[in-house]
Amino acid sequence: MVRETNRHFKFDWITIVLFLLLVGFGWLNILSASHTGTTINYFDFSQPFGKQLIFIFLTFGLIILLLAIDTKFYERFSSIIYIISMLSLVGLFIFGKNVNGATSWYGIGSFTIQPSEFAKTATSLAVAKYISDLNTNIKTLKDQIQTFIIIIIPAILVLLQNDTGSTIVYGAFFFVLYREGLPKYYLTIGISVILISILSLKFGQLITSILAITLIITYHFLSKKKLRIYQSLLIALAAISISFGLKFFYQSILKPHQQERISLWLRLEKDPEKLERMKQTFAYNLNESEKAISSGGITGKGFMEGTRTTGKFVPEQHTDYIFSTVGEEWGFLGSALVVILFVLLLLRILHLAELQKSQFSRVYGYGVASIIFIHFLVNIGMVMGLIPTIGIPLPMFSYGGSGLWAFTILLFIFIKLDSNRINEW
Amino acid sequence: MRQFLLFISVIAVGILFISRLFYLQVYNASSHDLYEDNAIRKVYDYPKRGFVYDRNGALLVANQPSYDVMIIPREVEPLDTLEFCSLLKIEKQQFINTYNKAYRYSPRLPSVFVPHLSKEDYAVLQEKMRKFRGFYIQKRSLRHYQTTIGANVLGDIGEVNNAIINKDPYYKMGDLVGKQGVEASYENTLRGVKGIKFIQKDRFNRNIGPYKDGIFDTIPEQGKDITITIDAQLQAYGELLMKNKRGGIIAIEPSSGEILTMVSAPSYNPNLLVGRERSKNFTKLYNDTIARPLYDRSLLAQYPPGSPFKVINALVGLQENVVTTEDRFYCRMGYYIGSRRLTGCHSHASPLAMNDGIAQSCNAYFANVYRRIIDKYEDAGDGMNVWSNHVKSFGLGDYLGYDLKIGSKGRIPDGDFYDKWYGENLWVSTYNVSNAIGQGEVEATPIQLANMVAAIGNRGYYYTPHIIKSIEDESIDANYTTPKYTTINKEHFEPVIQGMFDVYNKGTAYSLQVPDIEICGKTGTAQNYTKINGVKTELTDHSIFVAFAPKDNPKIAIAVFVENGYWGSRFAGRIASLIIEKYIKGTITRTDLEEWLIKHSLQNEYEKPLSDKPFAINGNSTLQLVEEQEYLQLKKELDKINKLDN
Repeated sequence: MVRETNRHFKFDWITIVLFLLLVGFGWLNILSASHTGTTINYFDFSQPFGKQLIFIFLTFGLIILLLAIDTKFYERFSSIIYIISMLSLVGLFIFGKNVNGATSWYGIGSFTIQPSEFAKTATSLAVAKYISDLNTNIKTLKDQIQTFIIIIIPAILVLLQNDTGSTIVYGAFFFVLYREGLPKYYLTIGISVILISILSLKFGQLITSILAITLIITYHFLSKKKLRIYQSLLIALAAISISFGLKFFYQSILKPHQQERISLWLRLEKDPEKLERMKQTFAYNLNESEKAISSGGITGKGFMEGTRTTGKFVPEQHTDYIFSTVGEEWGFLGSALVVILFVLLLLRILHLAELQKSQFSRVYGYGVASIIFIHFLVNIGMVMGLIPTIGIPLPMFSYGGSGLWAFTILLFIFIKLDSNRINEW
Repeated sequence: MRQFLLFISVIAVGILFISRLFYLQVYNASSHDLYEDNAIRKVYDYPKRGFVYDRNGALLVANQPSYDVMIIPREVEPLDTLEFCSLLKIEKQQFINTYNKAYRYSPRLPSVFVPHLSKEDYAVLQEKMRKFRGFYIQKRSLRHYQTTIGANVLGDIGEVNNAIINKDPYYKMGDLVGKQGVEASYENTLRGVKGIKFIQKDRFNRNIGPYKDGIFDTIPEQGKDITITIDAQLQAYGELLMKNKRGGIIAIEPSSGEILTMVSAPSYNPNLLVGRERSKNFTKLYNDTIARPLYDRSLLAQYPPGSPFKVINALVGLQENVVTTEDRFYCRMGYYIGSRRLTGCHSHASPLAMNDGIAQSCNAYFANVYRRIIDKYEDAGDGMNVWSNHVKSFGLGDYLGYDLKIGSKGRIPDGDFYDKWYGENLWVSTYNVSNAIGQGEVEATPIQLANMVAAIGNRGYYYTPHIIKSIEDESIDANYTTPKYTTINKEHFEPVIQGMFDVYNKGTAYSLQVPDIEICGKTGTAQNYTKINGVKTELTDHSIFVAFAPKDNPKIAIAVFVENGYWGSRFAGRIASLIIEKYIKGTITRTDLEEWLIKHSLQNEYEKPLSDKPFAINGNSTLQLVEEQEYLQLKKELDKINKLDN
C-alpha cells in the first residue's frame, strides 16, 4: 500500500485538505467582515484579518511541530497536560483579564490567550487515557463517576468564569462515553430530560406531565421488558418533578438574559411591545444575522460585496457570527458548501476513529469529532436562529488565535495518532 | 449500533442546517435590490426642473429654492436652544413640541423641523449650522410662477402618491410630479432625470462612504425648458374679460393648431398651489363645488353648441348636394310640420337663402337643410350616419388628441344612437331636427368648437390643437404638424364663410364689428336646464360665439362660451371680437366693448338656482352691474394689460 511505503502519505490528507479549506474560506470571510476601507493591506496587524493571517501562518509551524512529536508522547503525558491545563484555568481567577463579562483570558502585551480553548484538547486526552486504561470499565458506576469528574472539573471552572458557551461543549463527551459503552439508559434519561424541559416551557407543566404519564403507562403495559409497578411509578414521579422543578430552575437559577433568550427561541413571548424591545436589544444580533443570511439569496451578493457585512450590521460578525457573512456574500450555495465541508470533516474523523486499533486513539478521535460537532451545531444553529443564543466560535472559521490554535492542536494530534495506526499491529 | 449515534447526528444536523438555509435564502429570500437594501442609503440629486415660456418668450414658470431645516432626533446633541430658536424665529415651546413629534415619528429617520425658510434666514443659519448636531438643511426646489394667470394651462406639481409610485418606480416617496396642465403633460421633459448616490451605511445609520466607490452613482440630467403656444398677454386679457362670469375661451392659430389662449373662468392664481399653503389652498379650491375653479371649462365642459353648429349643417348640405346656395326656405317664426312647430325662430325677412340663413341664424332654414340631408337616404339611420361622419371629420364627437391630459368627447349622434333610443326604423328626421340648430343631442366642448372654426377658416383641414410650441433640443410630436382633412370639398367653404362674414356685416353680430379686420363669426344661444330639487328648470341661455379672422388666411380662430350669458353677441360675441382685435392689432379700438364687459357680472344668474326662490330668466331678468370698487380695480388691471402691449 502507498501508505506503508511513502512516509508523506501516511497522514490522512483528506482531513488535512478539509481543514485547510475551512481555514482558508474562513479567513476570506473574516477579511470581508472586518475590513474598513477600499484599500486593503493584508498585513495590517491592527485589523482582525491581518492578525488572523499571522495566526494562520504560525499554525503551519504548529502543525509541523505536532506531527513531529512522537505518538507515544500524547498518551504518556496526557495526565500532565490535563493537570497543567486545569491549573491554567484556575490561574485565571487570579491573573485573568475580563473581556465582555467573561474572565477567560490571559493578557500578554496586546495579545490575549484563552486557556479554555486548549482545555478541551487536554480533557479529550485525559478522557481517552482514562477509558483506554485496561483497568477501566465504563459500564461500572465507579469508573463512570471517575470519568465524569475528569470532564466536570474544566466545565465548572469555565462556568465560574462566566463562559456558559464553553461549558456546554463539555456535554460533547457524552457521545464519547456512549460509544465506549455507557449504558443506554443514560441516553434515554438525557433525551427525556431535554424533551420534558422544552415541552414544559412551551406547553406548560400540566400538559407535559399528562403526556409523560400516558407514555409511561403505554410503555408499562405494551413493552416486552416488564417493569415493576413501583419502577414505573418512580419514573412517572421523576418526570413530573422535572417538569415542575424546571420552573424553579428557569426562574431562579437562569439569569434574566438567559431566560429571555430561551423565551425568544421557544416563541414564548407574545407581547408585541416586549418582542420589539427584545429585537432592539439582545435579539438584535440574531435578527440582523438572519436578515443578512436571508438577503444573500441563492448565489449571494459576492465576495466583499455584502452590504450588511460592509455596513457592519451584524455585531461580532468576524467572531461568533462569521457564518452570516458566508450567508450574505456566498448565498445558499456557499453556506451549504460550508455545512457540507463540516459534515465531511466530522464523518471523516469518525470513520478514522473507528479504524483505530488502539482504544486511546479511538476515544481521542471521538472526542475531537464530538467537540467540533457541538461547536458546529451550536454556532451555526444560533446564527440561523435554530437554538438559543450561546456564544461559541465556529471551529477553523471564526476570528481568534486561541480558537484556531486550539482546534489545530485538537485535530492534528488525532492526525498524528492516526498516522501511527499501521505500526500498532 | 453505538458507533452510529454521532454519525447519524452529524448527518441529521447537516440536513437540518441546509434545510434552514434553503428556507432563509431560497424560499423566503427577497431578491437583492440596491433600492430595497436598507444598508444602502440612497441620496437623490434632483435636477433643475425645466422652465416654461410663452410663445413670445416671456418666462411663465421658473423655480425657487426652498430650505427646510431637517432633524434626525437620535443624532441631536445638547445645543444652545435659545440661539437656535432665535435663528429659526420660533419659540422654545415650539422647539420642544416639534422635537418630540419628530422623535415619536422616528428617532433615526429625518423629519422636517422647520419648513420653507426664507433666503435671508437661510443665509444666516447656514453659517452656524455645524454647531447644531442632528440638524441639517435640505434644499428643495419649488415652482415659481412669474404670473398670476393661466393656472389651468400651467398646472402645478405636487408630491407623488402611492398610485404613481406603483405605476412608475422612477418616483420615490416625497418626489414631486406634475399634477395638472403642462406640468403633467410634459412631466418627463420638464423633470429631467434625477441622479442618485448609493452610500454604504453602518448599523448606527451613519454614512461610511460611497457604495463600491460610487460605480452605480449617476449624475442628474437637467430638465428641458419648454415653450408653450399660449400668448400670455392674450391669456391675461381673456381671463380679465371673463371676471365675474363662468365659461371658457379657446383661441387657436388655424395655420398651426397652436392654442393661443385657453381661459377657464373662474380661475385661480397658480401661486396658491406652491409651498407651505399648497394643501390648504388646494382643499379650498377643490371643495368649491359651486364655482369649481379646478374644473377646466375650456376642455371639459360639454355644452350644446347652439347656432354655430348651423354652419356645419350648411357645409354638409352642400357636400351632400341636397341644397344649393340659392335655395330659399320660408320661415314663419319657426319651423312647422303641418301645424306643429318643431322649432321657433326670431323675426327676420323671409324666405332666406344660405347667406342670409347664416347671417340671420334662421332656425327654419337649417331645419330644412338638415331634413334634406337625412332624408336623402331611404333609411333615416343611413342618412344620420352620413351626416355624423361629416360632422365628426371636424374633430367633433371624440377626444381631439391635444397634449393636455383632460378632455371630454362631446357628442355627435349617429344612426345607432337613435336606433337604440327609439328602436330600429322607428324614427325619422323630424324626431331630431333640433340637431340642425346645435341643440338636441349634439354637444361639444369649447376647444372642439374652436377647432371646428379653425377647420372652416382653413377651408377644410385643421391641425390637432396643441399647447407645446417647442422643446429645448427636441422636436414636437409629428401628429401636431400633420393636417387632418375634413370630408367637405374646399369649394363649399366660400359661400358659408361669406355667410359668417355677413354675420358681422349685417347679421347678428353687426354691433361687434372691429375696424380694419374682416371677421367671420357665428353667434349662438343655447337653452339649458338644471335640476332644482328634482324639478327640471330652465336657466338663462348660454351665450356662445365662434369666429375666425381675418377672412382670408386666418390668424386666429376662437370659441367663447359664457354660461347663462343669454344671447350670443351679448357676452361671448363681445369677448371674441376683443380678443381677435387684441391678437391681430395689439391695441383695442372697441374700448366700449371692454368697458361693458368689465362693468357687468353674471354672479346673480349663478346664484339663482341656489337661492331656493322662484326666479326670472333670459329677457325677464336684469343684468347685474359690478360694484364701483371692483370696477375700478378691474379697470386698473385692464389698463395694465393694455399698456404692457404698447
